Amino acid sequence: MMKSPSSAAMLRRLTALLPAGRVLEAPAQLAAYESDGLTAFKTTPLAVVVLETQDEVIATVRFCRDEKIPFVARGSGTSLSGGSLPVAGGIVITLNRLNKILRLDPAQRIAVVEPGVINLAVTAAAQPYGLHFAPDPSSQSICTIGGNVAFNSGGAHCLKYGMTSNHVLGLKAVLATGEVVEFGGASREQVGPDWTGLFVGNEGLFGIALEITLQLLPRAEMFHTVLAGYRTLEQAGDAVAAVIASGLLPGAIEIMDALALEAAVAAVHAEYPPDSAAVLIVELEGPREVVAADRVRLDEILAKSGAVEVKVARDGAERMAIWKGRKSAFSAVGRLSPDFIVQDGVVPRRRLGEALRRIGEMSREAGLRCANVFHAGDGNLHPLILYNGREPDGLVRAEALAGKILRMCVEMGGSITGEHGVGVEKRDYLPDMFSADEIDCLKRVRAAFDPGELANPGKMFPVTGAPALAQHGMHPLEQAGVISRE
Amino acid sequence: MTAVLSPVTPAELADAVRSAPRVLAVGGGTKPRMSRAAADVVKISTVKLRGVVEYEPSEFTFTALAGTPVREIVATLGERGQYLPFDPLFSAAGATLGGTLASGVSGPGRFRFGGLRDFVLGVRFVDGGGRLLRLGGKVVKNAAGFDLPKFFVGSVGRFGALAEVTFKVFPRPLATRTLRLDAKNATAMTEIFTAAGSARWELDALDASPGEGAVYARLAAPAPALDALAKEILSRWPGTVLADNAAAKLWSDVVEAAWAHAGGTLVKFALTPSQVPEFVAGFPAVARGWVSAGGNVGYLSLPAGAAFPSFATATEGKPAFAWPAVTLRGDVALWPGAPPRFEVMRAVKIALDPQNRFPNLDD
Ligand SMILES: Cc1cc2nc3c(=O)[nH]c(=O)nc-3n(C[C@H](O)[C@H](O)[C@H](O)COP(=O)(O)OP(=O)(O)OC[C@H]3O[C@@H](n4cnc5c(N)ncnc54)[C@H](O)[C@@H]3O)c2cc1C
Repeated sequence: MMKSPSSAAMLRRLTALLPAGRVLEAPAQLAAYESDGLTAFKTTPLAVVVLETQDEVIATVRFCRDEKIPFVARGSGTSLSGGSLPVAGGIVITLNRLNKILRLDPAQRIAVVEPGVINLAVTAAAQPYGLHFAPDPSSQSICTIGGNVAFNSGGAHCLKYGMTSNHVLGLKAVLATGEVVEFGGASREQVGPDWTGLFVGNEGLFGIALEITLQLLPRAEMFHTVLAGYRTLEQAGDAVAAVIASGLLPGAIEIMDALALEAAVAAVHAEYPPDSAAVLIVELEGPREVVAADRVRLDEILAKSGAVEVKVARDGAERMAIWKGRKSAFSAVGRLSPDFIVQDGVVPRRRLGEALRRIGEMSREAGLRCANVFHAGDGNLHPLILYNGREPDGLVRAEALAGKILRMCVEMGGSITGEHGVGVEKRDYLPDMFSADEIDCLKRVRAAFDPGELANPGKMFPVTGAPALAQHGMHPLEQAGVISRE
Repeated sequence: MTAVLSPVTPAELADAVRSAPRVLAVGGGTKPRMSRAAADVVKISTVKLRGVVEYEPSEFTFTALAGTPVREIVATLGERGQYLPFDPLFSAAGATLGGTLASGVSGPGRFRFGGLRDFVLGVRFVDGGGRLLRLGGKVVKNAAGFDLPKFFVGSVGRFGALAEVTFKVFPRPLATRTLRLDAKNATAMTEIFTAAGSARWELDALDASPGEGAVYARLAAPAPALDALAKEILSRWPGTVLADNAAAKLWSDVVEAAWAHAGGTLVKFALTPSQVPEFVAGFPAVARGWVSAGGNVGYLSLPAGAAFPSFATATEGKPAFAWPAVTLRGDVALWPGAPPRFEVMRAVKIALDPQNRFPNLDD
């Protein structure tokens, strides 16, 4: 894309504002930033700015405000909903180099971090004190705290421990207005409206988080991790219902279906009970005396659940192997198909079985394969839709199936996203969940933080305001020329 | 002063909000300072806006109208072996769910799994334009839209009137045991808070009574685990095990703030464990206090009419403490700590309440 003379002049002013070498403009440099984890979409930004300090971020945001340039904050670019997809005519602000843990206070059990700190690095720093950072998205070895905050990211332990928001005590941010704000603090208690809670999950539409205060939890003394194989998905679902009904509160309850198992076997040589069409993973955690008492109850329930085989992790290595198979499932599916979309919807837990049956039917109708990996404890589905991007309508059919699944989630009383956010991909489904007045309310709140709609525009809200129809033909963003396909 | 409005349905609540230029929703009145407002503000009582809308124990969620008394919900959940782990305050005194959410106060159980903010999933509310809106969700996990349900926690009715609330709940622990540990001064309390906070025991509650020189630690676990855990804790700090009925009374007294001066001032502070000694040292002789959530929450109670302490030498009329604070009861400032205010806060107020129908945060 040719830069207009006015953009070129603007970029010269931006370059002058920052230390040398921070503004990337060469096509080869920009290529790495054209997509995020939703690789089906790409947009070339005007430029990418690589920032190293909070002051540079503040100056850049104020520059964007004054020059009315849209900007997209970017951590590691692992968003699965197009959250960090660049905006045409805008700049990308990368935050990976703001990666200092500013303070780790084991007595108060908090860490104060810059946004580019990697999720797992927080736990690594806390580990010597017997502490950890609870939110554990499968991408935790690469995704940043800034991205986690923007998306209120989850992981496998949300039923018991909540999402990122439940672990953010305070933050400092530069808003799209250029105002620098500080919300919350080191206490676990809040006073007044929960501004911190409002900021978390804003999908980059309010501004850029500069410093985040995270609560750390003591690492559980003991884990009891069980993997059970079932001949049918329904049986696995029934086992979850029985565990929940028993009054146990496991740290994690996960299910993988046959196709997901096949992928994990191919990718990381995971081993599962033979003849299993579904695998259930349940993990208890806590003081050893508590786990000893709880596991008796869990073992009894699983013994009666019709499992083909129940495997208990005997040590840390076996536990890690179980989790490795589960956490690699997304990328493992790449071995089965040239392209795939990771979806993220929520249904009431009691309707999981019905939801999976319908997903099976819908994918057969669509002629697409769909693997299911999900957080069964909280009804959070992750259908992985396999397609071939080289087929002319491959992506369109896959997106259409994804859309049907999301509508089903809403119909069942659930949500279009449990943890991956709305981003670009699901923005047309927001009206399925919220009325026009409710969306207007959300937009007004957004305008309070970003009256010029400069922070990550084109995300979360439907572009035209009209309710979305099933996507026929090109994606609306493609039609608008905002994005194009690889 | 106009007659109080008493809507019965969410739609009637919206009518009530639209019926006057200045309004404020009021629940059970257990935290009267928060609903004090100028004379031209019409009070909308939520006490008739009550009842459970949806409760599905297998989902770990319930939805109820905002005026539903907390004690009714506690009983309903209890019948199915579930509970609100943050121990909502003033349950016996008649607190409502909506008022509890809007005041943002949590009881001792917030220590383990988090406070009220960590259990609210969705709200239905009337904005300043009189529109009935639902944000958040009804399932335990949801990331669609901005998290306004959390924002309403502690918003003291200044941004909207709550009509309906959805919470996550947990299975109730099979058994509990409460230990009374000696802590002769606040430094000893901080020492226990810090050590116990990262210990393997996973305490359920950890409060302290500065007046008594005692820390109360509650374990919640299957019964067979309790003996060993209690023994280990008591080998670390001298103390005793409370009899079950004494423990039940203790925690119910904490939830009702029975330790506080009747009819006096009650102020909540957000602290860190290491600030507890300074907090306690600043108490005037007439004050009573309580420390909750392992030193993260402090309560100060003063007899009616007593002056608010400065906690240190105040300079230029500014309070010398930096702890965020809010007044629940009594005749002192709503936000004694003079919290920082940012431009965006005014902008959000205008976004949700363009006609300034609800009082301002600092009114
Ligand atoms: C293999 C794989 C597995 C995954 N598993 C999970 C999972 O289990 N659970 C889960 O919840 N997610 C998961 N994700 C999604 C993704 O990792 C998360 O959304 C993550 O939080 C994104 O972090 P990031 O650093 O890559 O952010 P990016 O993708 O760079 O950005 C995400 C969004 O945050 C904004 N943003 C980034 N930094 C800031 C900041 N400092 N201030 C304001 N806004 C900012 C961006 O503008 C964008 O909108 C997975 C992704 C992959 C690829």
